[in-house]
Amino acid sequence: MDPQTIIAKRVALELHPGNLVNLGIGIPTLVANYVPPGLNVFFQSENGLIGTVPIPEQGMAHPMLTDAGGRPISALPGASTFDSAMSFALIRGGHVDITVLGGLQVDAKGHLANWTIPGKMVPGMGGAMDLVSGAKRVIVAMQHAAKGKSKIVKRCSLPLTSLRPVDLVVTELAVIAFHDGRAWLQETAPGISVAQVLAVTEADLAVPDQVPEMAA
Amino acid sequence: MKAVSAEEGIAMIPHGATVMVGGFMGVGTPERLLDELVRQRKSQLTIIANDAAVPGRGIGKLFDASLVATITASHIGLNPKVQAQMMEKKLVVNLVPQGTLVERIRAGGCGLGGVLTPTGVGTIVEDGKQQIEIDGRHFLLETALRSQFALVHAFLADYLGNLSYALTARNFNPVMAMAADTVIVTAEHIVPVGVIAPDHVMTPAPLVDYLIANG
Repeated sequence: MDPQTIIAKRVALELHPGNLVNLGIGIPTLVANYVPPGLNVFFQSENGLIGTVPIPEQGMAHPMLTDAGGRPISALPGASTFDSAMSFALIRGGHVDITVLGGLQVDAKGHLANWTIPGKMVPGMGGAMDLVSGAKRVIVAMQHAAKGKSKIVKRCSLPLTSLRPVDLVVTELAVIAFHDGRAWLQETAPGISVAQVLAVTEADLAVPDQVPEMAA
Repeated sequence: MKAVSAEEGIAMIPHGATVMVGGFMGVGTPERLLDELVRQRKSQLTIIANDAAVPGRGIGKLFDASLVATITASHIGLNPKVQAQMMEKKLVVNLVPQGTLVERIRAGGCGLGGVLTPTGVGTIVEDGKQQIEIDGRHFLLETALRSQFALVHAFLADYLGNLSYALTARNFNPVMAMAADTVIVTAEHIVPVGVIAPDHVMTPAPLVDYLIANG
């Protein structure tokens, strides 16, 4: 399995019936592919829709029905549409159960940086700051390292997305949970040892007595 | 509400005006009004919008024609021309978290001086802003936004100016229709009064100043 698939499949296990879920761009978008049919998860697109689903086939796109990146989507029976004030009231108001976002860095305390690399990439934060500040649970889906450098760092060098710590980071090597102000190695990917994860992680990870293999 | 041509509607906007433009990545954007802004070469505009769309589409057309002096938006990452004009210091970009942006506009349309939001606390977004602690939680004071003009795109408009929107093309449109001195609307369909049932009116007619006639 490629890293993105490992990550997306594992994140999908965090979604439960009835959850209102917002998926970010990139690996988070793939999570929807691994949600079992009939789980009744509500996916929100922050441009104003609950009940997103891919279009059934090419040629079924409608110019007034797109995801937050402007790509065509469809709506499930039971979907609802609303304006951007309502959309962010849902997000900021704690009505979104889970947000899954990409990350550039997550530090030992769970602080996320995912919206800018000053001088290189200044796209704007879009909805990321509101999502991390307001969702009930924040999950970061990202590769463990970029260009050989750990993305799980002692302290973020990039501008933060929020002071609110994330709850879970899922990489192709490990699941890391953040609570009690610390980063805990919760699971390792199949075939990956605790020592291997620690060796490629800049941040100090607390290691419980039992670290089970990542479910998928 | 008065029906006018796109040419007449845009002629009311002076150079250097502050203009809100509805739409999200070009979806639900009044394209005919943007085309007319470009045709009349209204320049030095201050634009308030969710994003900068992409070149050739929606608000992107204004940057193609270098008509914007300042944009306040939550995302510009998919329009390389905006990035380039910003780097060349021809364009000032104010980046605002999306939920804060829409709530500032909402406040502007609702007679509020601003809003208190937890979004941005502890990040560079808080720079220069007042922080207020309420019940142990920290909030940023984000001030209201208003504009001289709002350019809004609806799905249905009736002869009085009642509006309804379709699917994800609603986005910032009804919020902006509250927050400008002059509201100019294009619609996919202009329909008789009554076609939009009272319960389905999303922007009540008194908020609309000008409806762009078919033509």
